[in-house]
Amino acid sequence: MNDSRSFIARHAIGKPVRGQALVASDGFSARYDLDRLAGVFSRPAHKLAGQSYVGRILVLDTAKGGVASAWMLHEMASRSKVPLAIVFNTVNPILVQGAAFGGITMLAGFDTDITQAIPHAAEVEIDPVARRITLL
Amino acid sequence: MNLNDEERAILAGEAGPIAKLCLEHQIAVGDFFGAEDFVPVTQAHIMADTESLGQAGVMWLEKLAKTEGGQRRVRIPTITDPRGTDFAKAGQLRQTEWMVALERRAVDAFTALGVSMTDTCINYQTIQAPTRGEHVAFGDTGVVIYSNAICGARSNFEGGPSALAAGMTGRTPRYGFHLDAQRQATLRIRTDFTPRTLNDWGALGGVVGRLAGNYWSVPVVEGLEGAPGSDAMKHFGAAMASFGSIALFHLVGITPEAQRLQDVGGDKLPVAHRVGQAEVQALQQAYAVDKDIDVVVFSAPQLSLYELRDLAALCEGQRFVRPLLAVTSPQVKPDADRLGFTQRIEAAGGSVLSGMCFYQSYAREIAEANGWKRLATNSAKLVNILGGYGYVPMLASMERCVEAARTGRIE
Repeated sequence: MNDSRSFIARHAIGKPVRGQALVASDGFSARYDLDRLAGVFSRPAHKLAGQSYVGRILVLDTAKGGVASAWMLHEMASRSKVPLAIVFNTVNPILVQGAAFGGITMLAGFDTDITQAIPHAAEVEIDPVARRITLL
Repeated sequence: MNLNDEERAILAGEAGPIAKLCLEHQIAVGDFFGAEDFVPVTQAHIMADTESLGQAGVMWLEKLAKTEGGQRRVRIPTITDPRGTDFAKAGQLRQTEWMVALERRAVDAFTALGVSMTDTCINYQTIQAPTRGEHVAFGDTGVVIYSNAICGARSNFEGGPSALAAGMTGRTPRYGFHLDAQRQATLRIRTDFTPRTLNDWGALGGVVGRLAGNYWSVPVVEGLEGAPGSDAMKHFGAAMASFGSIALFHLVGITPEAQRLQDVGGDKLPVAHRVGQAEVQALQQAYAVDKDIDVVVFSAPQLSLYELRDLAALCEGQRFVRPLLAVTSPQVKPDADRLGFTQRIEAAGGSVLSGMCFYQSYAREIAEANGWKRLATNSAKLVNILGGYGYVPMLASMERCVEAARTGRIE
């Protein structure tokens, strides 16, 4: 159940985290959108182009594109160039498989548009057991 | 998830630590999606390029390959997507020694696990197409969407770790496109434009993918004329999967599950979008930002023998002033050599590469090493991907791309 500061997802995986949200009504693919060495969004058309995702909680609309993200999240985690967590309105299996393999916290599936509900740069907390993201 | 006796035994470690690890991973994914149980699969297909795996992925595979005890090799036919290089042409691409060495380590580890290094994203054209209703665990979004839509097989997108897990356990969590309900249409699109070229098919797929928007959408398209060929559907599906993360579509009267609109529930949906030639041209025009070209690439998906035949005919008697790369599978390449297609393309100054795919082959690094930025291709999937790698990609017909290799400009 949602209130004005907490939002419940239908799906969750990972460990509890707290951090700053990087929010956009856009998609996410590790291959298509990121410069994984620099740790920034690199696709020019992406709404977060040029911004660092490292250590942030990404709040995005949907998982996009390729199968590679499953390996890539693991590789990014090995170099500590990885988001703290990813929150989607809708997710595809690849990102979930990558989260499971790379040990990354993920939430997906809300009754509201989560990219509108969470303000950009807000401090948030994720509790995967409760499937909840909370504005702090 | 409900586990049967065999799965409980695997989870208890009776099949060894690798199978246990794989099943635990699959249960985590299955639990996320609310899968009730596992479904047996007959084939698995793994994304295996080191640009995706990275050093960390290769080390993980090597550790797995050295693990003692129990089952150490895949249970079902398990094959691979393109590698990150063509070992015979790595120097020409100016790939570095570390890239090639990492590729060799990945090949050794996969091979030790019983994986067959087929290095292809067109296994449905070259290895063995799945049949209607066959449950499989395929990686590469283009392979999945073709298998689901054109073959009527059943697969979700399986990333590398999950596809390997499916190979090891012979099963995958039963969710998504393994379920009848998920395969019904969710979005009805009408078109009055039937493409004739592969770039137009790809662009139409891209338009539909953008409209559909996410993995769980299943577009049904009505209005296409005739029976498009396998290469057309390959580009159409690959682009739709790339632009929209779509894993299944239906074409009324063409694809096996949608002989009639009502077969997939399309008759209960309003026509949400009308797509014509203008939308297809607009997508391509959006990429037409420069007339000068540094490199021409035919890849993503790998070329079939028929595509190489057409390309060879266009290259006959030409002399290129820009690199032209044509990428195919290790299964097609020997036939292209034997039939003279390779010789005709390379006599014009082009190169036929095998077992890799351009965007999976350290695209950013080879761009910097070769001074490539402005790229022409007939693959809508490739233009969608390469922007993130620093390229300015342009989408055009095979004929215009060959002309661009000859003149250095795309008109």
